[in-house]
Amino acid sequence: MPVSKEPVAVVGIGQTKHVAARRDVSIAGLVREAALAALADAELTWSDVDAVVIGKAPDFFEGVMMPELYLADALGAVGKPMLRVHTAGSVGGSTALVAANLVAARVHRTVLTLAFEKQSESNAMWGLSLPVPFQQPLLAGAGGFFAPHVRAYIRRTGAPDTVGSLVAYKDRRNALKNPYAHLHEHDLTLEKVQASPMLWDPIRYSETCPSSDGACAMVLTDRTGAARSPRPPAWVHGGAMRSEPTLFAGKDFVSPQAGKDCAADVYRQAGITDPRRELDAVEMYVPFSWYEPMWLENLGFAEEGEGWKLTEAGVTELDGDLPVNPSGGVLSTNPIGASGMIRFAEAALQVRGRAGEHQVPGARRALGHAYGGGAQFFAMWLVGSERPAT
Amino acid sequence: MAHGRDPRDVAVVAFAQSDHLRRTDDLSEVEMLMPVLHRVLADTGLTTGEIGFTCSGSSDYLAGRPFSFTMTLDGVGAWPPISESHVEMDGAWALYEAWVKIRTGEADTALVYAYGKSSPGSLRDVLTRQLDPYYVAPLWPDSVALAALQAQALVDAGETDEDALAAIGARNRAAAAHHPHAQLRGTVPPGDYQVRPLRTGDCAPVGDGAAAVVLAAGDTARRLCARPAWITGIDHRIEAHALGVRDLTDSPSTRLAAERAGAFDRPVDTAELHAPFSSQEVVLRKALGLADDVTVNPSGGALAAHPMMAAGLIRIGEAAARIHRGASDRALAHATSGPCLQQNLVAVLEGDARE
Repeated sequence: MPVSKEPVAVVGIGQTKHVAARRDVSIAGLVREAALAALADAELTWSDVDAVVIGKAPDFFEGVMMPELYLADALGAVGKPMLRVHTAGSVGGSTALVAANLVAARVHRTVLTLAFEKQSESNAMWGLSLPVPFQQPLLAGAGGFFAPHVRAYIRRTGAPDTVGSLVAYKDRRNALKNPYAHLHEHDLTLEKVQASPMLWDPIRYSETCPSSDGACAMVLTDRTGAARSPRPPAWVHGGAMRSEPTLFAGKDFVSPQAGKDCAADVYRQAGITDPRRELDAVEMYVPFSWYEPMWLENLGFAEEGEGWKLTEAGVTELDGDLPVNPSGGVLSTNPIGASGMIRFAEAALQVRGRAGEHQVPGARRALGHAYGGGAQFFAMWLVGSERPAT
Repeated sequence: MAHGRDPRDVAVVAFAQSDHLRRTDDLSEVEMLMPVLHRVLADTGLTTGEIGFTCSGSSDYLAGRPFSFTMTLDGVGAWPPISESHVEMDGAWALYEAWVKIRTGEADTALVYAYGKSSPGSLRDVLTRQLDPYYVAPLWPDSVALAALQAQALVDAGETDEDALAAIGARNRAAAAHHPHAQLRGTVPPGDYQVRPLRTGDCAPVGDGAAAVVLAAGDTARRLCARPAWITGIDHRIEAHALGVRDLTDSPSTRLAAERAGAFDRPVDTAELHAPFSSQEVVLRKALGLADDVTVNPSGGALAAHPMMAAGLIRIGEAAARIHRGASDRALAHATSGPCLQQNLVAVLEGDARE
């Protein structure tokens, strides 16, 4: 008997306004806000939801162990299945994929998936830093870990040292068109980005993601649910996760094999042979500016060593022919556990034609990408405006 | 019953667990887990590269560091890169995620593992951190105190008494008398009150341990295992977090999960219940309507060994192992998470009819 997966549709998307500190809401209040927005978008109620899949990064960020237990009431999960995913920075993406699989496997018809982080409850940089003796001191936060890999990229490709600032300036300007973005820096200039303090050479302050409070939610459903959707759905054409170890001889931190394999799997599922030509928008996880050219290569949008040229030529601008992070990306909004799901959701908004001011005109296929850990966990999905052939 | 006819029918084909010990100061999580992983792979003859999907369950709060699961990924040997995921839950839910993955057709086999070291900290204190952070956690009500509230509610309702609770502890440890991995086995004195009415003997031992399971679909399961333990149903449900709005003497989420898993369609001969407190076995037996002739916790259950994050997966593994060796034809396995059985998973496992 041939097995075919149920096509999965995104029919509801909701986000909070992401800010440095949401002191007006509890953690439950934060996640409920995003969930209610997603349900409103889908014109559904709590009783239409069969299961809840929630994700977030380390529990230390809020100081609550397995907070989904406490959040069951706020997310209408009482009496329902509730799953909690944690795959480091890629978790927002992984969470959406776990939820999508529940529909694809026909276990449930309509699933609410949500990811959040309320980073103001603690200090994210130190929350990410491992205690001695697990790691040498002075390797503080994610920037300390990733800066050497950025330097390796620059050495390998000979990219001019201004490329990072171009990415940051583009993403922060895109964020001005996204009402949910955390950073709205109206008076930012390229010169200001380039003059901002150096944090982890070559990454400057303005080339670094902020620390945000925020949540993102999506309602995923089957063909029947999609047929009832009041607004155009986004259809999942492919989704995959790949992992590799943190450290091993021969690991390529600049372009990890797991990222390449994950993208190849997603393109295969979606029937994509030339991602640069066939995709209309990309929401990729760029926490430090230089990761845009690095991921452009890793995801097959550019030949090895050529990614920075796309950035420099303006190809990745909102009006370029491969817009990258029209939402402003992680560089403008980073509630860590939610950041991957925001990428997935923004890709879906683009193909639904519902991205507002940062809409890429006529976007029909978009990629959502997330990564985490020591550039070792990858989660991606490819969404389209048309239902995939079954 | 013809199991495995549908190519997406999923079975447990291998199970292994570590020795469960009060302390494992000389072992990292990776060192604790690796022999277990090697055993299930050896049992099936599979290599890491042949596994279609890998999923684990563990807790950063127990490990005392963020992203603790990245350490054990090294033990898996995720190179070339693997399709992999992780839940911050008991491994029973990792198994659920893997079951879903196989049901989509994206994988034919899955490696599921879970581990927890409770010894580095004070588990009772650590678990207070999973309570409502605004209204409950600041009071630091520990896991034993909350279970004692539940036990007292059962006593008050006339559902059990202290002697009956002691007998549950004794029965579980007696069942574990010859279990090679149990932490507490044979005769264990009831001990002093931890929190009245619960005595030491009513409480699961605190310890460290790991477990792993291999799942496979259809014909692959038959190839890898002489008598696969087919998962004929699996479901999980959560209840409200606030204890004040729950009837602690019942477990509607367990009953609903069991119903959805088909547990009530036909009687089971075995039940592996994840009851870290003797009083919780009373609640679960009632919710599941288990008949007196059902063999409950032949492994000794959580009262004989309770590695956090792995103990639920072990219930599924123990039930499956009994089917593998022909000691059971239809078994129920249960896993729990959260204070006073807040979240519950039920799986029904069956072996093929014997010739």
